[in-house]
Amino acid sequence: MLTVRSHSFHRSKFFNSANWVSGIVYNSRDNITSYFKLKEENSLLLEENNKLRHLLFNRNFSDSVALDSAEVGYEVLAARIIKNSYANSENYLTINKGSAHGVSQDMGVITSTGILGIVEHSTKNYAAIQSVLNTNSNINAKIKNTNHFGSLTWNTDHFDVVQLEDIPRLVTLTVGDTIITGAMSSIFPEGIPIGVVNDFKLETSASFYTINVGLFNDMTNLSTAYVITNLSKPEIEELESNILDEQD
Amino acid sequence: MNRTNILIGIRFVLLILAQVLIFNDLNFYGFINPMVYIMFLFWYPIKENRVVFLLVCFLLGLSIDMFSDTTAIHAAATVSIAYFRGPMMRFVFGINYEFQSFRLAQASMVQQLTFLTLLILTHHTIFFTLEIFSFAHASLIMKKVMLTGIGTLVLCFLLRNLFSRDKE
Repeated sequence: MLTVRSHSFHRSKFFNSANWVSGIVYNSRDNITSYFKLKEENSLLLEENNKLRHLLFNRNFSDSVALDSAEVGYEVLAARIIKNSYANSENYLTINKGSAHGVSQDMGVITSTGILGIVEHSTKNYAAIQSVLNTNSNINAKIKNTNHFGSLTWNTDHFDVVQLEDIPRLVTLTVGDTIITGAMSSIFPEGIPIGVVNDFKLETSASFYTINVGLFNDMTNLSTAYVITNLSKPEIEELESNILDEQD
Repeated sequence: MNRTNILIGIRFVLLILAQVLIFNDLNFYGFINPMVYIMFLFWYPIKENRVVFLLVCFLLGLSIDMFSDTTAIHAAATVSIAYFRGPMMRFVFGINYEFQSFRLAQASMVQQLTFLTLLILTHHTIFFTLEIFSFAHASLIMKKVMLTGIGTLVLCFLLRNLFSRDKE
């Protein structure tokens, strides 16, 4: 293995919901059902615009934005979620953007409120996303304003609670601490919100916390998502594979 | 004969669409998604070629898998109950089942319900064991089998009453 993958084993390449048959079926359903959510989606968009404008007006640097391609680290692509599931132990979502739009395996997917998952397969027009609510999911995360990082997993119990592991016991934790994505992976940019600490346990003999994180995202009610492309990922992967090659 | 095949084909497509577009999104109590496509095996003619039956059931399971990203768990569970359908019917309907003239509609309501329960219980046990795939979570498997099973049974029973062709 050259790179750390989002999954522990290779799933079938063709029998996933990103193929054209299920893509067309789910897309036509979405064309109908999306009308019923328009009002709700509008208010979500307004809220997000509000947040972004707030950020924009409070920026302290010059008024011109650098658009030099060398300085752009990430690209964002908007997509519609046409199929969602959260009741299984391995949940997948389907979006209506695929390799024709530049979506490929191991790209991060988020919504306006928080993290969603990682692209597992992409066909021409659709992509299947491994949700954070998946027992194979393993995402680098950290506590906001510190550099203590761990990995985000899911124990299948609740669809609004995920687990953060490998946070050492010397860290002082409080209920309500915000959890964000860490800088250790090339999939997500650092600082994407994930959730807040609901409760945590520390066994006397254990050296790591068991932390329950309440997700910001309402995983049962999703309609739009953003796919993130890390433009420096090929370089990072090349570097990592070089190190591994040298070790062999 | 030809009419039966067309009917089976229509049933195949409609059950898949109903399953993936309606029942997979039901999420009753957060996780109960009834698997109504089991009705395909309930309604399938009794005296049919067994190989064709197993193949069709495999395709049915695989199609559901394709839509719901479950690798091939639905296919495995569906083929298993397709394989055991004969013995189950012999167990439930007794010696009547052996006769050439036997039809499902002739059996009593209790017998039909028992047959349906057996199909659902076997299917769900295999499905959730494969899905969760850990004996450490045996209680979770039991919970999911029982609760989803009840949901499936209720909906399948309603479908049976709605669409059974032989009314008294």
